[in-house]
Amino acid sequence: MNPIYEKVKGVLVDKFGVEESEVTPEASFEDLDLDSLDLVEFALAAEEELGVRISDEEAEQLETLSDTVKLLEEKGASA
Amino acid sequence: MSAVIRGLGTAVPDRVVTNAELAATLDTTDEWVRTRTGIAERRIAEVGTATADLAVEAGAEALKAAGEQADAVVIATSTPDRSLPGVGPEVAARLGLGTVNAFDVNAACTGFVYGLAVAAGLIAGDIADRVLLVGAETMSRITDFSDRSTAVLFGDGAGAVLLSRGAEGDQGAVGPFDLGSDGDASDLLCVPAGGSRRPADPDAIAARDTFLQMDGREVYRQAVRRMVASSQKVLDRAGLTVADVDRLVGHQANARILDAVADRLGVAPERRFVNVARYGNTSAASIPLALADADLEPGEQVLLTAFGAGMTWGSTVVRWPSLPPG
Repeated sequence: MNPIYEKVKGVLVDKFGVEESEVTPEASFEDLDLDSLDLVEFALAAEEELGVRISDEEAEQLETLSDTVKLLEEKGASA
Repeated sequence: MSAVIRGLGTAVPDRVVTNAELAATLDTTDEWVRTRTGIAERRIAEVGTATADLAVEAGAEALKAAGEQADAVVIATSTPDRSLPGVGPEVAARLGLGTVNAFDVNAACTGFVYGLAVAAGLIAGDIADRVLLVGAETMSRITDFSDRSTAVLFGDGAGAVLLSRGAEGDQGAVGPFDLGSDGDASDLLCVPAGGSRRPADPDAIAARDTFLQMDGREVYRQAVRRMVASSQKVLDRAGLTVADVDRLVGHQANARILDAVADRLGVAPERRFVNVARYGNTSAASIPLALADADLEPGEQVLLTAFGAGMTWGSTVVRWPSLPPG
């Protein structure tokens, strides 16, 4: 599996209490019961864990976890 | 030598405004506000009540508790009664303190921590022996109650401490401090008009630019980052670790920010104090209102940290003293 995806999954499970079984590439933040502030916190966690900065505008555009992984990869994230 | 807390007092307006009351005229719900902020209700001052009125009430209680008078008054506020003068002199006079050194400090939500540093400096510099510090705000006066993103966040109130000279290591001794600011980000949280850059002219009033405006997401992000770094710095300076912190009393703006800060610092949930549910964000008044509510035991090591407009941030530590009731 893609290492960035695994890292994102780890953050969602460890920091946001999401069930591991619910995390799929097609899942949206809404599917995972994460609200707009969780998205802000997710961006903060991504910055801390992966060293890339997601702007608020970019965060708002993210629909699924695979979108998120793609954006992180484009920004040069390394797991 | 150190500045030591000798007494604590608080004042909040009687009128309680619930989320449901605000949701009646705004496109929001009680559930939305609670889950995003942790706020259930706030106090709003009646028309005609000003910041100085709350400051006098809280200040009188702190002086009574300490059983002492003050020879300096510092008011931490960003909502003074009038844009000129500051409220310090009026509060001093109304408390019967006469013609003492009295002035305001404006560091927004970080005002109380900055004020503690100023008070400690006045005492250390032999400029004053007993300083009354009051964090007092009527945030409702700069809140746009038609803006659902900010209307639910703020409340009014005041909290005061009397500090005087003591020995380092005494219970109640305040410090060391970490204070900082980032003026490049000043637009993220501001009242755009009504100051010297842009007067409160009819256009500004029509555009609601005389009210507080905030980029909530960016402020959230910076608040977490700055309060964590500042807390770590001050613990380092004090020769303490997170394991030594009995209670974390942060600026009460948003329960989720406080949890995000505490999680990153490694402060266990039972050591975090949060009372934002009762009062909302009372800016410079939030830390003393929280200290009064937290049922702190004498000897407990308390870490204070705050972040606010400016942007400003600051942290300090205090080993909680045994205080007489106000």
